[in-house]
Amino acid sequence: MAVKKLPIAKAINESLRTALENDPKVLVMGEDVGKLGGVFRVTDGLQKDFGEERVIDTPLAESGIVGTAIGLALRGYRPVVEIQFDGFVFPAYDQIVTQLAKMHARALGKVKVPVVIRIPYGGGIGAVEHHSESPEALFAHVAGLKVVSPSNASDAYWMLQQAIQSDDPVIYFEPKRRYWDKSEVDTEAVPGALHRAVVAREGADLTLAAYGPMVKVCMEAAAAAEEEGKSLEVVDLRSISPMDFDTVQRSVEKTRRLVVVHEAPVFLGSGAELAARITERCFYHLEAPVLRVGGYHAPYPPARLEDEYLPGLDRVLDAVDRSLAY
Amino acid sequence: MTVDSADSTAAAQQAQPPRKRAAAKKTAAKKATHTKKAAAKKSPKRSPETAPRETPQGQSELVQLLTPEGERVANPEFDAYVDAVTDDELRGLYRDMVMSRRFDAEAVTLQRQGELGLWPSLLGQEAAQVGSGRATRRDDYVFPTYREHGVAWCRGVDPTNLLGMFRGVNNGGWDPGSNNFHLYTIVIGSQTLHATGYAMGAAKDGTDSAVIAYFGDGASSQGDVAESFTFAAVYNAPVVFFCQNNQWAISEPTERQTRVPLYQRAQGYGFPGVRVDGNDVLACLAVTRWALERARRGEGPTLVEAFTYRMGAHTTSDDPTRYRADDERASWEAKDPIERLRAYLASQTDTDEGFFAELDAESEALGKRVREVVRAMPDPGHMAIFENVYADGHALVDEERAQFAAYQASFADEPAGEGV
Repeated sequence: MAVKKLPIAKAINESLRTALENDPKVLVMGEDVGKLGGVFRVTDGLQKDFGEERVIDTPLAESGIVGTAIGLALRGYRPVVEIQFDGFVFPAYDQIVTQLAKMHARALGKVKVPVVIRIPYGGGIGAVEHHSESPEALFAHVAGLKVVSPSNASDAYWMLQQAIQSDDPVIYFEPKRRYWDKSEVDTEAVPGALHRAVVAREGADLTLAAYGPMVKVCMEAAAAAEEEGKSLEVVDLRSISPMDFDTVQRSVEKTRRLVVVHEAPVFLGSGAELAARITERCFYHLEAPVLRVGGYHAPYPPARLEDEYLPGLDRVLDAVDRSLAY
Repeated sequence: MTVDSADSTAAAQQAQPPRKRAAAKKTAAKKATHTKKAAAKKSPKRSPETAPRETPQGQSELVQLLTPEGERVANPEFDAYVDAVTDDELRGLYRDMVMSRRFDAEAVTLQRQGELGLWPSLLGQEAAQVGSGRATRRDDYVFPTYREHGVAWCRGVDPTNLLGMFRGVNNGGWDPGSNNFHLYTIVIGSQTLHATGYAMGAAKDGTDSAVIAYFGDGASSQGDVAESFTFAAVYNAPVVFFCQNNQWAISEPTERQTRVPLYQRAQGYGFPGVRVDGNDVLACLAVTRWALERARRGEGPTLVEAFTYRMGAHTTSDDPTRYRADDERASWEAKDPIERLRAYLASQTDTDEGFFAELDAESEALGKRVREVVRAMPDPGHMAIFENVYADGHALVDEERAQFAAYQASFADEPAGEGV
């Protein structure tokens, strides 16, 4: 049976399994990805079935993980590396930004470095510091990288398949607090394009745009607003670089209002880019300025404060009200 | 050409290069004399830790097969790796060094004339680069820094290809796969991880190809280099870490990077480290062959520290008079890699003056060709900005390319010379 109801973590596991089965060049690398199956068990059972040569426990050195993955990719492999937590990616930042992102261009297209970097990201799990961050804008700003984030199990499965098949480096941000959310995955479906946004819920009065863990919050906001007689459209961006401005534009030309939601700090976040683009493209359609809801310009707070820091239902609805009040 | 296998296995287990102790002792005295003299000539500030010296076991640290005077000295551990080298091959090594130096000199001149934006000279490091470069096999893979012009030469890379990035017409530009010579890497030490990963892949593929990663004394302080040692060691990757210790990282001397001789760092990672006279092309050839063969046999990584000297500035933008004394350079000029092989060729082989004269002419022709190619090297077209950013394309790049093209086209009606 091709259709299964899976939690996101399991969908990613299945997707890795499919990739390892289909292509002998695919490798899984990272800290604790072997016997332990990763700290979130996303790689559970893979080393047992594919061996230590293909599911590789690495030394605790993120730059080393990404740097050797680049070398393996130059040799013809397709490494899928796991960075254990969002806040641990920065030792590898130089390798990602300076080497991985630019190598194809530096070689005038003569080499390809198809490395996928999986990063569980975002807050909401009551973790200690450096375990709850949303650094996607820091990568989306870099030409040469592609940045995506699924919000549901089907996208988690298919977007990872597509990321692994891509000849470009892809940063694949996993919404860790949604790892256990279940939805249907059709492993024989024909997936949509990796970098296309989708309308997750149709509406007429205002567009909410989000990706990853915030899509669920926006869906809940739309359901709550409906009870108040407001019809909200929800766009799941799915891809942060490239960002599908066309789909958002079409939605905003219909609804005339846009609120962008992400966990990452609002300042210079991906919502800022989307707001600027949509303002430029839809200036005469807009009834209100594009509003953003997101994290604050402060370090990610201690876990007891994260509910205040993270955009929740109320903050999203507050922004919706402010937009509708124009 | 292999060392006694039992001996080398034991040596590998001890994470030491293969040494036959009794034999090594014989040459130790002679080498020690030379190296102590070299140390004494250095600037008084130089720490003894980083100068050649004897190990606690009484073995000379520095592998040397040709003295600065061009005298061949026996080395029981490494002679076997160059015993079969013919006089013609020695002349070939000499030619490689002369051509590399001539090319390098031309590039410096071209920078002075404004044809290049910058040039990092290899002057003084020809033996380290040619010896190690000629030790590699065609199917081996090389990961250079930005100064390996001599290695590129040995790999058959057209030297003019190296100049594009320094002229500013591209950021690399050659096809790394055509000569198994990766792009130059400017951020210090990053390529050692790529080399290690590539070597892990070569081992997975079941080949006996090896990989060589170049870096310098300054890079030895980089975390990426430390991580590459760790990864190479734990995965037993077939990679040779070839460190050209040219004594200076721009203005910082080696003692600002390390408190132990660099080759000794290998021991802490569990693989052998060897210091070789980096101005002795024969010794560099022998030691690198030994290290590459270890890699091919599945014995894992090796660190080779080629003890050499950056005779010129760090780059054409640097002014070494601000931080080092002339007498230091003079002491190293006496150990010139090209002069010592020439002395050997003149005294120990039937190489005649005609060979040197022909080579002079050939190197001048190379200089001329390089000059002509660089001067004719066109600027890339404007649209090159958007080329190869992604392999599979990217909507934003497409959009901006189209906007830029439209912007450029808006000047089409203006009189010539008035464009942006």
